[in-house]
Amino acid sequence: MSETSQVKPDYNYKVVRQFTIMTIVWGIVGMTVGVLIAAQLFAPALNFDLPWLTYSRLRPLHTNAVIFAFGGCALFATSYYIVQRTCQVRLFSDKLAAFTFWGWQAVILAAAISLPLGMTASKEYAELEWPIDILITLVWVAYIINFFGTLIIRKTSHIYVANWFLGAFMLTVAVLHIGNSMAIPVSFTKSYSIYAGAVDAMMQWWYGHNAVGFFLTAGFLGMMYYFVPKQAGRPVYSYRLSLVHFWALISLYIWAGPHHLHYTALPDWTQSLGMVMSIILFVPSWGGMINGIMTLSGAWHKLRTDPVLRFLIVSLSFYGMSTFEGPMMSIKTVNALSHYTDWTVGHVHSGALGWVAMVSIGSLYHLIPVLFNKSRMYSIKLINVHFWLTTIGVVLYIVAMWMSGVLQGLMWRAVNADGTLTYSFVESLEASKPFYVVRFIGGVFVVAGMLIMAYNAYRTIRAPKEELEGDVALGAAQ
Amino acid sequence: MSMFWTIWISVITLGSIAGCFFLLRWTLANQTGVPEGEEMGHEFDGIVEINNQLPRWWTILFWITMVWGVLYLAAYPGLGAYKGFLGWKSSNQGVLSLEESEQALRADIEGNAWNEYAIQIKQAEEEFDPIFAEYAKIPVEQLATNDEAVQVGKRLFLQNCAQCHGSDARGQKGGFPNLTDNDWLYGGSGDKIKETLINGRQGAMPGWLEPLGEQGVAEVVAYAMSLSDHPDTDTALVDAGQARFVVCAACHGMDGKGNQLLGAPNLTDNIWLYGGSKRAITETLNYGRNGVMPSFKKTLGEDKIHVVASYVYSLSN
Repeated sequence: MSETSQVKPDYNYKVVRQFTIMTIVWGIVGMTVGVLIAAQLFAPALNFDLPWLTYSRLRPLHTNAVIFAFGGCALFATSYYIVQRTCQVRLFSDKLAAFTFWGWQAVILAAAISLPLGMTASKEYAELEWPIDILITLVWVAYIINFFGTLIIRKTSHIYVANWFLGAFMLTVAVLHIGNSMAIPVSFTKSYSIYAGAVDAMMQWWYGHNAVGFFLTAGFLGMMYYFVPKQAGRPVYSYRLSLVHFWALISLYIWAGPHHLHYTALPDWTQSLGMVMSIILFVPSWGGMINGIMTLSGAWHKLRTDPVLRFLIVSLSFYGMSTFEGPMMSIKTVNALSHYTDWTVGHVHSGALGWVAMVSIGSLYHLIPVLFNKSRMYSIKLINVHFWLTTIGVVLYIVAMWMSGVLQGLMWRAVNADGTLTYSFVESLEASKPFYVVRFIGGVFVVAGMLIMAYNAYRTIRAPKEELEGDVALGAAQ
Repeated sequence: MSMFWTIWISVITLGSIAGCFFLLRWTLANQTGVPEGEEMGHEFDGIVEINNQLPRWWTILFWITMVWGVLYLAAYPGLGAYKGFLGWKSSNQGVLSLEESEQALRADIEGNAWNEYAIQIKQAEEEFDPIFAEYAKIPVEQLATNDEAVQVGKRLFLQNCAQCHGSDARGQKGGFPNLTDNDWLYGGSGDKIKETLINGRQGAMPGWLEPLGEQGVAEVVAYAMSLSDHPDTDTALVDAGQARFVVCAACHGMDGKGNQLLGAPNLTDNIWLYGGSKRAITETLNYGRNGVMPSFKKTLGEDKIHVVASYVYSLSN
């Protein structure tokens, strides 16, 4: 390409490096907490009779840590990197960038302290209390200003598709966070939502599902649109496909929330509207997967030698699978079986581990050598080991949860000839126990992979430059 | 819902679907000015994009889901107050009281409305009510020897009662009585158990810290403990406690054996509803206790309660 002749702008890599390192750190922390609470489900004594270590307090810590600490840092790192590289210009403001880094770490630290202490706004994925919510808002606004500021001062004529997704993710998450977190404080550590009853539930799942749709999907699609063509060295398959699936995705996702509230006090019309939009949403969701995977056409052989590309492509497969599963589960009749069971947990993790974590890990393996000025990662073999640990771990996890979930759903609805329910709740819990052990083992595999990644990253960063030269094909093509 | 909101919801819903429809048509027609299969002509950090046509199967899938979506919204509730041409509803969502709900339910069952809840209730009533009506003809004590009925009662118990009384019916700390020990607060005959289930019970023990003072409470606690030969009894206080027990005797009886008409527990059998340690008994005396057994009349109906009662009766007989 023509870039050899270009003079590279002086990019702000410092903030990207900071967020990249913290992605790995928070990934290990968040996933380890996940493994602990997975173990508590079959061995409850593991809360050690300490209130701070009970499932009820660690579960929100786990979700906040993996979504907002691990996923959030990965999005900050990659979006700051992508927007600079695809706009050919340094970040709009270094000061704002530093503020977002330290501000976001402060949010995470405050979460890690307040959640085990039992302080909670009691909204799923939005448990943090109002002072932390205000800090999140400030950091987020700084992030938006910095990102869009960079787009405005760009040196390229067009805005690259990755930035459409990243921009949509930032703006929508701001609206969602502010909308759902509206609350009346009664003390420094306690507040109550301004919404009540079914309206509160609807606000919560409008937020909750779009945290999935915009934070965990649109944001990571932005990541995918840069790192897949970059790592594969291939052009993006279809510009027009990216155009249509972008606009359709962001306009349809925002409706899908009510499918979390099927068969509740939510009015019939809201439930069916949520279901209809969720099902149409299936098609634009797959648009992203097709565009990512087809970008590889003509370069399929690279999958045999490049474990980084394998991470990226397998993540897209999991994305395709969970965006098929989601609309299916939003159908009321299917939901009648799946709702409140482990199937939902399995579905979330096929998205969160299979898609979000794997696309982030793949992107980070591309990113680390570039950021620390090395030709490649310290060990390609260890990337491969990480890939297999993650893949096996995720498959163990979701298959166990599918089986447990369907079993629970069937047991809960089984009825005797006299109309009484065949099983009590406790019996369904006993039936799930072996699957909880398998799920725990899957989680251990994933955490083991993250520890290997941390080691590999450490050795890459510390290695003298000469040592990692050559073999550029397997590392990040600059 | 007002007309405004119905219009609002319909316009943005159908507008979004129509937007996707026109976007898809517009994109399919290749308005980019770049020939199909060629590069788009812009480059970002080495990445270029190709102007490929949308995959055909994907486009067809998009058309199908959009058309299906519009048809579904015509058939079912979705566009605000519009009910859909099929007349389906999950339940009577507008009702504001249990009476209103019951009336609306009966009206829908009578009128064969497409109300999912009403249909299921009707089916359940037709299929299962006769079974329980047969059981209800047999007295509780006799039904308790019918294994099949006891099993049915047990399953109802596990679904409705186990949350407080435990899966094994042995109760739990905090005032949930053990139902297997033949120690009854309100009586253990079939009729009494049914009465408890149908109407619920409210057991109130007043607090004595204010009228008696700490010393007074300590004395009464000592006497109460002596009634069941409790090993931890402070013998020096027992006599003073006995003098004060006259007040307690109003409910618990002069001999401390309780009164099932009031639900006052027997204090002589070393079975303690709220814990039998000195500390727990002092807590009970100081602040009183309020035990609530809810009424299951509306949840289960009398015939099912009859079967549950036979299961509970069978546990200690």
